[in-house]
Amino acid sequence: MLGLIGKKLNMTQIFDDNGNVVPVTVVVCGPCYVIQKKTKEKEGYNAIQLGFEDKKKPNRPYAGHFKNSKVVPKRKLTEFRVEDIANFECGQKLTVELFKEEEKVRVTGFSKGRGFSGVVKKCGYSGGPESHGSMSHAVPGSIGGTTDPGRVWKGKGLPGRYGGDKTCIKNLTVVKVDIENNRLFIKGAVPGARNGYLLIKKT
Amino acid sequence: MGKTKKIVDFMPGDTVRVYTKIVEGNKTRLQSFQGTVICKRGEGVSKTFTVRKVTGGIGVERIFPLHSPNIAKIQQMKKGKVRRAKLFYLRKKKGKKAKVAEKKKGKPLQKIQPVKSAEEQLAAK
Repeated sequence: MLGLIGKKLNMTQIFDDNGNVVPVTVVVCGPCYVIQKKTKEKEGYNAIQLGFEDKKKPNRPYAGHFKNSKVVPKRKLTEFRVEDIANFECGQKLTVELFKEEEKVRVTGFSKGRGFSGVVKKCGYSGGPESHGSMSHAVPGSIGGTTDPGRVWKGKGLPGRYGGDKTCIKNLTVVKVDIENNRLFIKGAVPGARNGYLLIKKT
Repeated sequence: MGKTKKIVDFMPGDTVRVYTKIVEGNKTRLQSFQGTVICKRGEGVSKTFTVRKVTGGIGVERIFPLHSPNIAKIQQMKKGKVRRAKLFYLRKKKGKKAKVAEKKKGKPLQKIQPVKSAEEQLAAK
């Protein structure tokens, strides 16, 4: 699936043709460059590797990787599986023109890390009463039976690390494409914090 | 993101007339709503203001997005003399107490021309 690498900028709102408010996330999308072509003969599958954002001080092995494509070393590299690999050339520039308005896209990013979280935040438990002598404000309570089953059921929600996972949201609508500034306006929220890298794929 | 252009100078307590575009079939006409501004909130493109009027003893409030393309123009009718930014206390008042005293001093009344649409604003940014 072809796509581009982007960076989350912020959320805002725009008005549609009828004057309705549409919540949008602004994403700096591209320009991306084809760094490497992977072929069925050599690597076993067809894909292109895209690079996004210049890297200031690449080390020598890293800089060597960019020799074939003759592109300034990039900071973020990602592979996209593409069947018709003949359409691409090393060094080719891909811009936000790839997307059209009202197109559905799939956005992948890393969700915000929340550290070691309790069950109320992590698993959506409702917690206990706050007052009247209650001492169980946000405790998980009982986690299962006794002799039968003699163990804790798989998938039981318990405290632990939460967030910072690779998250994909499907069928998000592209509201506006700003080719001049490489901006993509996607309806609704996308995973991750501001300045986080995103993969925006065509569906 | 750059600055939002300061378009409208009216304040809470002012009486304004808001002209909104309404589409009926193929025709577009203007509808006006006149009342007291009781609240201005939000920043940038998401700024809104609330206009309150009392019609036949029933209070009616409308919230307008300031930068909505559906707002054709906003006319400042009167300036109000108030001491707070949110005039929600007006909802509980009746008769003469529900009125805001007029402010005679200060800048003359302004007539505000069509506001910039959000697209234009974003383009400017």
